Amino acid sequence: MVNKIAAGLFAAAEGAVKAFDTELHVDVVGPKKMIIFFNGDTELFAISETVVTGWLLIIVLFALMCWLTSDLKVVPTSKRQVLAEWFVTFFNNLVRENMGSKMMHMAPYIATVFTFALTGSLVSVLGLRSMTVDINCTGTWAAVTFILITFYKIKSNGFGGYLKGFTEPVPVITPINILSEVATPTAMALRMFGNISSGMIIGSIVYAFLTVLSNAVYNLIPALSSATFLNNFHILQIGVPAALSIYFDFFSGVIQSYVFIMLTMAYVGDAAGKED
Amino acid sequence: MNMMTDEQAMLFAKAIVLMGQGIGAGLALIAGIGPGIGEGYAVGKAIETIGRQPEAKSSATTTMFIGCAVAESTGIYGLLVGIILLFVNPFLKHLS
Repeated sequence: MVNKIAAGLFAAAEGAVKAFDTELHVDVVGPKKMIIFFNGDTELFAISETVVTGWLLIIVLFALMCWLTSDLKVVPTSKRQVLAEWFVTFFNNLVRENMGSKMMHMAPYIATVFTFALTGSLVSVLGLRSMTVDINCTGTWAAVTFILITFYKIKSNGFGGYLKGFTEPVPVITPINILSEVATPTAMALRMFGNISSGMIIGSIVYAFLTVLSNAVYNLIPALSSATFLNNFHILQIGVPAALSIYFDFFSGVIQSYVFIMLTMAYVGDAAGKED
Repeated sequence: MNMMTDEQAMLFAKAIVLMGQGIGAGLALIAGIGPGIGEGYAVGKAIETIGRQPEAKSSATTTMFIGCAVAESTGIYGLLVGIILLFVNPFLKHLS
């Protein structure tokens, strides 16, 4: 009796371990290595999928911007110039509203980050892996924001004033001030990474579930239950995940990119001292 | 009862670690309660604002979405912890 229970427990344990080891394995933290440089047999360094996707996007966006801004006229006659002007005006207005007209030189940077983040998130609809599912990517953007915040704080208050700012309002809370200074970029990086990667993981889980469900459907139909050509074709995977993709890829990607630039503008504008 | 072999003991230990990870991931997702309440409150207030001042609809909606996305971050942290526990299996490598 006891032996039987123990055997059952072991079988269950084996099943659970197997399920964790083989199925539903999602590579969350590290993207796959695309180009690996070897020195003999030892791996020197590797270029990840994020970097490759990023450079592809940079090339595509650069070509797009060159095309949009070529052959400009004082009175726009082509649709693409109207589009380009709308794009520039949108970001100019956004920066003017949120940072003041003193900080208009930030508008190109903000537009660049938004475009890059948006396309980097939406590239998953093309079947590539989103750039923002890599904490290194969002962490880099957040680090740039942190550098900008520190730069403008030092510029507007001087280095002494910057250091003195940590001791306000009372010197006792200096550790908390330092912590909140570090928490700002950390939260920004994790927010974007978490949102997009949770969407990707939920998508993967849905795909795995639909595989199981399709196989169950095949098994119900006698004619199809022994057909081997259906092994890698899962009928329910067509169309069904698209509904989730609208929320997790499009909505999430757009909102998170927008939030990222809004927070960047708010923090940097705050650091520079908004007055106009 | 028979003694466990080493293999079985290892398997059992692995299963216990996985069980702990599953429970931990479930507990981590309790963090979703806070942002849920907060975002609901924010959306309700935004709707109140739009009802009172329909002309402020666009700016109220934008601000609400940004507030929601910021309020969501604590829930996202919990989700990240849950995801890492479930898919990265950080504690399994300590079994050896």
